[in-house]
Amino acid sequence: MARMKFLCDADRCIECNACVTACKNEHEVPWGMNRRRVVTINDGKPGERSVSMACMHCTDAPCQAVCPVNCFYTTADGVVLHSKDLCIGCGYCFYACPFGAPQYPRVGNFGSRGKMDKCTYCAGGPEADNSKEEYEKYGANRLAEGKLPLCAEMCSTKSLLAGDGEIIAQIYKERVMRRGYGSGAWGWKTAYRETVTS
Amino acid sequence: MTMLLTGIRIFVMAFALLAVAAAPYPANAQQPNQINPTAQSVKEDQLLNQFGTIRGRGSIPDTRSYTIEQPAGRDWRHFHEVTLRWIGAIAIVGILAVLVIFYLWRGMVRIESGRSGRKIVRFTAFERLVHWMTATCFIALGLSGLNVTFGKPLLLPLIGPGAFSAWSEFAKYVHYYLSFPFTLGVVLIFLMWIAGNIPNAADVDWLKRGGGMVGHDHPPAARFNAGQKAIYWIVVLGGGAVAVSGYLLMFPFYGTDVYAMQVAEVVHAIVAVLFVAAMLAHIYIGTIGMEGAFEAMGSGTVDVNWAREHHSLWVEEKMGPTGATEPPRQPIARPAE
Repeated sequence: MARMKFLCDADRCIECNACVTACKNEHEVPWGMNRRRVVTINDGKPGERSVSMACMHCTDAPCQAVCPVNCFYTTADGVVLHSKDLCIGCGYCFYACPFGAPQYPRVGNFGSRGKMDKCTYCAGGPEADNSKEEYEKYGANRLAEGKLPLCAEMCSTKSLLAGDGEIIAQIYKERVMRRGYGSGAWGWKTAYRETVTS
Repeated sequence: MTMLLTGIRIFVMAFALLAVAAAPYPANAQQPNQINPTAQSVKEDQLLNQFGTIRGRGSIPDTRSYTIEQPAGRDWRHFHEVTLRWIGAIAIVGILAVLVIFYLWRGMVRIESGRSGRKIVRFTAFERLVHWMTATCFIALGLSGLNVTFGKPLLLPLIGPGAFSAWSEFAKYVHYYLSFPFTLGVVLIFLMWIAGNIPNAADVDWLKRGGGMVGHDHPPAARFNAGQKAIYWIVVLGGGAVAVSGYLLMFPFYGTDVYAMQVAEVVHAIVAVLFVAAMLAHIYIGTIGMEGAFEAMGSGTVDVNWAREHHSLWVEEKMGPTGATEPPRQPIARPAE
């Protein structure tokens, strides 16, 4: 079975936000919530770099570990998903997440955050694949249709890669070899306890 | 990182040399370009080592999303899933074990001189109302709070995910809303009983004599003995700490970032489990641990002999010094206060 991962080649990200837009549109993510976002470090200064970040679908995911009601599950593809029926909106996954991935419909005073929403790796939720219920709660299930996450598919510079971790790591390594430089796979050490560049 | 770059550089240079030696024609356009356009750009490891988190600027209103990496979440996870469970289990199971052993060994502390039949007012109706309001809220807050830490391993396998989620969501709202009367109660307790709870020399003597818990000793005490003063300060300081940290959690990200939220949760959880353990001891001594103690908070009056044995200085202050003999039972004379 493939182990699905994201890899952002930060040397190629041009902060076009196509991934963000693709995600929001594909899943009809409500206003105010973003499953994926692009952040620019040292914006406008020498050394500027942009990184596209969403849920990294961690190995031994912290959100899954801290959830007090066990609403998370990891699929056979290594995708970390959750059940909005079980989520109680406590906010713990946000505190534990190294990537700030969990999103809530509201700010959350008096525990009124609502059900958590996050990147599903375009793999839906516990409901039947591509059912109406699944779409309303989690968005499209492209994985069930044999397609990869739309953010990576839409990336204008192919900075964002999605797919089997070994294959995208190989693609990235070949790129680094060919062009002679690479800043590494951002977040991989934190998410998967491994790096690609070694 | 630098090792890698050096490695690549050496490889590329060696390759270039080979290419130059082998090819009779000038530099190949397909040669790897040795110029790294992002050589000066920030590196992930360098940022994490320097700041612990990686933050930048985004283009959406949610400023929290500008933090793209905060591995500290891993430490918090370890605290919440491992450390806290151990602290909580040791504190709560430990205190229960101590209480059971103590009860089996000591039994209920009796009123040694028997009941006199005369009553003395210990807590007014207002004091009791505040006490029970705080106590009721505390029990509800304690159970709903423990559910967050211990519900998943203990209750979830018993009742199943659907019922457990429904209960946990209900418990979450109970926890939030009962915090308000609880906090009010803590503030009132602080104001109401501060006068009797300043530690003094009598407490040193009381503690030296073990509070009379062992044997049949009755060290003198005023309205509150050193043990009760300890409970008072645990309620005031512990209650204050859980209230402040709890409200930081209830109003997330008002002047706090994700790291501060983690710290608030750690403080809240540790103080809370120790608080629960301390209150179990308080409940024990106020009920089955001591004859005549519960009525102080029940009816508000205590037997004079109970008061003499446990709060001799307070009785003297209230009733004036009396002889060693039993005061007359009839009529029930209550000296002017």
